[in-house]
Amino acid sequence: MSKTFSIGGIHPNDSKISANAAIEDFPVMDMAYISVSQHLGAPAEPVVAKGDKVKTGQLVAKASGFISANIHSSVSGTVSSIELLPDIFGNMVKHIVVKVEGDEWLETIDRSPDIIRETKLSSKEIIDKIAECGVVGLGGAAFPTHIKLSPPPGKKAEYLLVNGAECEPYLTSDYRIMVETPEQILIGVELMMRALGVDKAYFGIEENKPEAIKVMKKLTSASYGSIKIVPLKKRYPQGGEKQLIDAILKRQVPSMGLPIDVGVVVQNVGTALAVYEAVQKNKPLFEGIVTVTGKCMTEQRNFKLRVGANMNNVMFAIGGFPKDAVKLISGGPMMGKAVSRMEAASVKSTSAFLLLTEDETKRGEEGNCIRCAKCVDSCPMGLEPYLLNRLSRAGRLDDLEANMVHDCIECGSCMYSCPANIPLLDTIRLAKAQVIKIIRSRPKK
Amino acid sequence: MKKLLVSPAPHLHGKESTRSLMRDVIIALSPSLLVSVYFFGFSAIKLAFVGVIACVLVEYAIQKYIIKSKVLISDYSAALTGLLLALNLPPNSPWWIVFIGSVVAIGVAKMSFGGLGQNVFNPALVGRVFLLVSFPVIMTDWTIPTSWFREGIDASTGATALSIVKEGLSKGLTMDQIFAEHNFSYAQMLFSKIGGSVGEVSALALLLGLGYLLIRRVIRPHIPLSIIGTIVVFSGIFWLIDPSHNPDPLFTILTGGILIGSIFMATDYVTSPMSTKGMVIYGAGIGIITVLIRNFGAYPEGISFAILIMNATVPLLNNYFKPGKFGKEVKHG
Repeated sequence: MSKTFSIGGIHPNDSKISANAAIEDFPVMDMAYISVSQHLGAPAEPVVAKGDKVKTGQLVAKASGFISANIHSSVSGTVSSIELLPDIFGNMVKHIVVKVEGDEWLETIDRSPDIIRETKLSSKEIIDKIAECGVVGLGGAAFPTHIKLSPPPGKKAEYLLVNGAECEPYLTSDYRIMVETPEQILIGVELMMRALGVDKAYFGIEENKPEAIKVMKKLTSASYGSIKIVPLKKRYPQGGEKQLIDAILKRQVPSMGLPIDVGVVVQNVGTALAVYEAVQKNKPLFEGIVTVTGKCMTEQRNFKLRVGANMNNVMFAIGGFPKDAVKLISGGPMMGKAVSRMEAASVKSTSAFLLLTEDETKRGEEGNCIRCAKCVDSCPMGLEPYLLNRLSRAGRLDDLEANMVHDCIECGSCMYSCPANIPLLDTIRLAKAQVIKIIRSRPKK
Repeated sequence: MKKLLVSPAPHLHGKESTRSLMRDVIIALSPSLLVSVYFFGFSAIKLAFVGVIACVLVEYAIQKYIIKSKVLISDYSAALTGLLLALNLPPNSPWWIVFIGSVVAIGVAKMSFGGLGQNVFNPALVGRVFLLVSFPVIMTDWTIPTSWFREGIDASTGATALSIVKEGLSKGLTMDQIFAEHNFSYAQMLFSKIGGSVGEVSALALLLGLGYLLIRRVIRPHIPLSIIGTIVVFSGIFWLIDPSHNPDPLFTILTGGILIGSIFMATDYVTSPMSTKGMVIYGAGIGIITVLIRNFGAYPEGISFAILIMNATVPLLNNYFKPGKFGKEVKHG
């Protein structure tokens, strides 16, 4: 029997309609809008000024503060301005705007297709290289990878878990790289294992990607023996860190804890590829694989997209904004963000642009809770969404905390399942933010 | 410039709605309805029709004219209550009794608590118990009406198997004597020629409905299983102590509305617990109270009262029996 996590979960139609579209290079745009806040943590500090010439891959903003990441130019050209622009999440963020002239890469970047398997670098050197190249987690949260690979003192990683679950419907970017560049991913995994000082990695892939499982199993049985491929039963939200650890190792991360508390570090397959490119090819993270998909589109695409391409560029490349689409989502349909402005530009962690029609995404009219407990059954954290919703609307923060609202991973399973169309996650998210703020404000014991 | 629709995630919704769930329960009841139409003919159709129409009309009238809220009859919940009420009445009931039951079910048990999702007690059961207490003669008259399509069932079936047994036992007969006198057999109870309320003529039809509800994931098996399991164990203890004066567990679960009650009444979303632990305790409570009423109480059946009593404990069960949280204990394996 294939493994899966122990509590809750749902089975939405996986809609991987772009799975067979091979990765293609996205045409270089005229202007690049590069946000200095593409990661979790402090925004990077620009190190270029208006009028400066930049090359593709050149550092344009430097990490500032402990949790932060370097930003590199995704194009070559002239910095035309540094200004506040709406980012893909709707926030006003400082962007470095580059007028594109040609496509001249830094000479230090190895652009050959050769696979480089060997490394002599030490753990610290690998982590430094990853930090220098601005690699962040590509599973969604964009947490700087070099920090995740440096456990705090007293904590030791036993295993590295690689997340190839790609449990969100529609998304196929992880699938494409697993099929097209499997060995590079495995080398990236080995580099991260070396950085962490662990000798075993588990690589979870959901069973709806048999081709990826086959390719990876073949490679690991031939030469990457310390990495074990673990097929997982298709179930959402398997790609959630806590769920993946539970599925593969049967260990449960404690409330408000981190994977390292159970001796695990989780990294996404996309991150593994970025680590490979950073360490072995000297290539900073300035482009990534982005699925552009939707049932309203005739053609499904997987692009290699530079950071800083705005929505107008992307829509132009697919032949215009589809007529029937009403919603443009950055990411998957369960946890992705609805894009509010066409001027918003892609970032490092962009995994997909999904276009949904009104029929597909319309929220039904809210009815009375019939206490069917579908939300309780679907919650992967064992919470009671119906109760949290009620408490949130009543503003009862202490009861919300007693009922562990801060454990919510915002996967949306409750709201997906609710037959009465109650916007459970909207109200729970609101309460969670307040409760976490209160918990963090308490003096530490 | 394209206008973008913006709202928080999730951007997709499952196919289930209140309406589809209620519709599924109605579909699950249809085998039982069909069997009862086969046995009872026009009177079964009449009861079901009056029950559904009356419940929907009462809900409509209250929402439209009394509380002046949105009219929500299209969610099928009132129709389901009407159908359940009708299926829990003796087949020979007059139409007006269904109507009175509907007014009580929807007007008193449902709408006065605030409508769908707010009621503490199962509306159809409140309606039924109201009728049982108010019209005891009609509600225990199990005379079989003559069917359109077929001859009336054997004349002996003027009472339910359960009331025959209860009466026989009180006269000092043993189980074997009662069974022999009335020609009971289990096959008979499965497909049923034995008197009973409209919906419980055939255990097989009810189990078919259960199968449908489970396959469609409308309900989980915990409540029916824990009710039936508890009844089998608890009545089995009585039976083992004195088999000649206590019905055996199989007889117990095949009679007196145990199946329709545990599959369709006790599993009502609104009036049953939310967590698995709560569901099992609730089911066990129903089972124990049912056997106690049957063995020591005045009524031959008992599951209606048992479910209503346990309905009252649901808020408490929800409060004290929470689902198992993720990450409470760290397992190393």
